[in-house]
Amino acid sequence: MANVKPRVKVPKSADAGEIITIKTLISHPMESGQRKDKEGNLIPRQIINRFSCEFNGTPVFACDIEPAVSSNPYFEFKARVPESGEFKFIWVDDDGSVYEETKKIEVK
Amino acid sequence: MELNRRQIMALGVGSAAFATTMSLSLPALAANDAQALINAFTGGAEAGEGALSLDAPEIAENGNTVPIEVTVDSPMTDDDYVEAVLIVANGNPNASVATFHFTPMSGEALASTRIRLAKTQDVIAVARMSNGTFAIDRKTVKVTIGGCGG
Repeated sequence: MANVKPRVKVPKSADAGEIITIKTLISHPMESGQRKDKEGNLIPRQIINRFSCEFNGTPVFACDIEPAVSSNPYFEFKARVPESGEFKFIWVDDDGSVYEETKKIEVK
Repeated sequence: MELNRRQIMALGVGSAAFATTMSLSLPALAANDAQALINAFTGGAEAGEGALSLDAPEIAENGNTVPIEVTVDSPMTDDDYVEAVLIVANGNPNASVATFHFTPMSGEALASTRIRLAKTQDVIAVARMSNGTFAIDRKTVKVTIGGCGG
């Protein structure tokens, strides 16, 4: 799908073992499957149905998403940073598309 | 079967009365399968109150984007952490909203997002801990403009 742009906010550095806040936003219409077009036909559902975050390959946080999540789904959550490494963020669309974003973090 | 006018009138009044009771009792009962989802999530186990806190606005002007936040009191260590938090809304066309999955790597069991609410209703959060216990919290959110694109 066009115009899907993930945005993620992760601090650049942290102390070892520190718990940081991560904010993510992805632009997506999240068509709920409840709305009707001008002719009264249902617009088919198309949403992001799964979001997950991992750190150096270990799962940190995930969310199963239903149509009741707003358009441009936003998630804020916490993560423990044991060492320097890379956060990977994955969004899965109903149409099978996968959007990914990575952010590096350094332990001081 | 032949019905005379009197019988038809009686039928009409009866069904109107029935319809009224139905519409009155519906909001009290869950309008959708919210309770069934919670039961499936907990497996019928009793969910305690206190450990989980669900934060949602009392009044949401726009049901299209209602900010919610869940926090669970948990040490989030390898032996004692929050596995998942189920969010349901009992007045939406579909009760399920989202399920958060946490790990010990989360550090804190806190998550926030924005959800759609079709009308004034209860939002309910249920947490499943790694030790098999459950916690529940609910908030009533008044919605001024519904969020399902009527």
